Amino acid sequence: MRVLNRTAGRLSRHRRGPLAGLAVLLLGLLISGSLYTAFAPAQANNQASETDQVAQGKELFLASCAFCHGKNGEGIPTVRDGYQLGPSLIGAGAAAVDFQVGTGRMPLASPGAQAPRKPVAFNDEETAALAAFVASLAPGPAVPNESDYSIEGLSETEREEAISRGGQIFLTNCTACHNFNGSGGAMPRGGYAPSLHGVEGKYIFEALLTGPQAMPNFSNGNLSPDEKRDVIAYLGSIEDNPEYAGFSLGGLGPVSEGLFAWLVGIGSLVGAAVWIASHTTRSKKSKVNA
Amino acid sequence: MSNDNHTPVKHDDSHVPVHAAAEPIADPGLAPHTWRPTDVDPRAEKRAERQIAAMFIAAMISAVLFVVAYFSFEVGDNWDTFAGMGASTVSLGVTLGISLLLIGVGIIHLARKLMADAEMVEMRHPAASPPEDREATLEALNAGLDEAGIGRRPLVRNTMLGAVGVLGLPAVVLLRDLAPGSTLDIGKLATTIWEPGMRLVRDVVGTPILASEIEVGDLINAAPEALFPTEENGYPELEAGDEQVQKAKGAIIVVRMDPDDIIAMTGREKWTVDGIICYSKICTHVGCPISLYERTTHHVLCPCHQSTFDLADSAKVIFGPAARPLPQLPLAVDEEGHLVAQSDFNEPVGASYWEREKQ
Repeated sequence: MRVLNRTAGRLSRHRRGPLAGLAVLLLGLLISGSLYTAFAPAQANNQASETDQVAQGKELFLASCAFCHGKNGEGIPTVRDGYQLGPSLIGAGAAAVDFQVGTGRMPLASPGAQAPRKPVAFNDEETAALAAFVASLAPGPAVPNESDYSIEGLSETEREEAISRGGQIFLTNCTACHNFNGSGGAMPRGGYAPSLHGVEGKYIFEALLTGPQAMPNFSNGNLSPDEKRDVIAYLGSIEDNPEYAGFSLGGLGPVSEGLFAWLVGIGSLVGAAVWIASHTTRSKKSKVNA
Repeated sequence: MSNDNHTPVKHDDSHVPVHAAAEPIADPGLAPHTWRPTDVDPRAEKRAERQIAAMFIAAMISAVLFVVAYFSFEVGDNWDTFAGMGASTVSLGVTLGISLLLIGVGIIHLARKLMADAEMVEMRHPAASPPEDREATLEALNAGLDEAGIGRRPLVRNTMLGAVGVLGLPAVVLLRDLAPGSTLDIGKLATTIWEPGMRLVRDVVGTPILASEIEVGDLINAAPEALFPTEENGYPELEAGDEQVQKAKGAIIVVRMDPDDIIAMTGREKWTVDGIICYSKICTHVGCPISLYERTTHHVLCPCHQSTFDLADSAKVIFGPAARPLPQLPLAVDEEGHLVAQSDFNEPVGASYWEREKQ
């Protein structure tokens, strides 16, 4: 401490000296120069790597996506009026690509009523490159950060509030198609709303943001990012909830429960009655005193 | 009857004269009776008796175990002890199930092994009562009428019939509202809480909707702002019952689509805001809330009976039992850019009723 004080004292004594201004100027130049060397080239590298990523994404896009979505993502209409072989991706944004490719829905195995989730075709780096390419076509929703869809940073009370709020929002906006339990349900013309059990929070957030396939979107002007996070928290809480009463039969409500009761319950009773009536042992002997 | 062998057939047809000659097909009778092991072997009989008793005793033990399990397992603490299910749930279900099952199996075993095993024939009764019974009944009825003297005292008879007849008046008064042209107040069915300039707010959350923030493809389940009264918006608090009624009638869905996709009905060209279009959420069939919306086809589907409406084409019914399109709410924006209603619905929302077309 004393050494520092003494040094400061000596410097202080020279602060109005003739060379002091020059020394400060030199020091300033040195610091700004070092800062520049430390950061500026890194930015240039970033830009270069982003351009590389878009270029890589374009290459992948031309090979795997352009057949349906067009070489520039402009979409390809089919002969059927109003229907498209592949919709335009202009303005779809990185979030849509991350959802569709990251869950394996795209590339589509065959066109039809449903784009089912399946094993992914691209690794994380390739998905990011494709997302960067589509995002470069026109501005669109970006891939969300973990802090957008996770309740990790909240206190215990805030989490409980988020789950309760999310439940109300879910029951108002999502239950119609995805079932009160998030188990999914049937949609017109052979499609279905997929089950939301075990789906990562990021993908639910992206699906809300971009409205994949026939699903309406819930953009940030519709449901705020916090409200989306609450819905995700509620879905997590459904999965964490213990099933006190035993088997949930898929949580599909009266359809699966009624089917089980009629086929397995009443069916086994009828079967047992038939079995009892048809199996009997008879003796070949006659009763002695009859 | 041709039961001429040793079969122990029991008859209960003593009161019915059997005319064997009148039957077009001769009665083949019953096959010779065969005996069960328990009928002919005393050891088998004893064994069956012991088996049945053992089942009943096991049922008793299981019922006692149910009581023990009820008091010894805490619900909630150990909810995944057996195959992901609670110790209490499993033990209560298993003990009660075994107890009931063993009582049932024991009774069936008793019936099949030990109860009397004789074929029984019971002939069908004639449908009409015997003539002597009918005569006796008529005599009793006439005697009763004579004793009551209704026939001799027309005053009593007529006032009694009059009293019963006048009872029809309360029924007419109670049910008159069902008659065509009744004076029932149906105004409250025809209108909702929506009024010119009332903001649309997100259902549950209660926040107003900025038209500029809504994107093509968005679906908003919305409600009238009057259902979310605050000091700021100045709407009065609704009574609990009225709030439910207004919520049920005022529920809406708001979607935004490409303005070029909308085929506006004549007179409704100015009811949308840049492709943002709003309809009643209440199905016109029997009033289920609907929001199964497909962004790509602009169809909304009712989960109850699959009525499908095309929201791009004035919510025309394209499938299902609904008879009318969903009522459309005319939209506008206020000076802050929030979505507001231009007016109430111009037709009653929800299911049909007799006087609907008379508005």
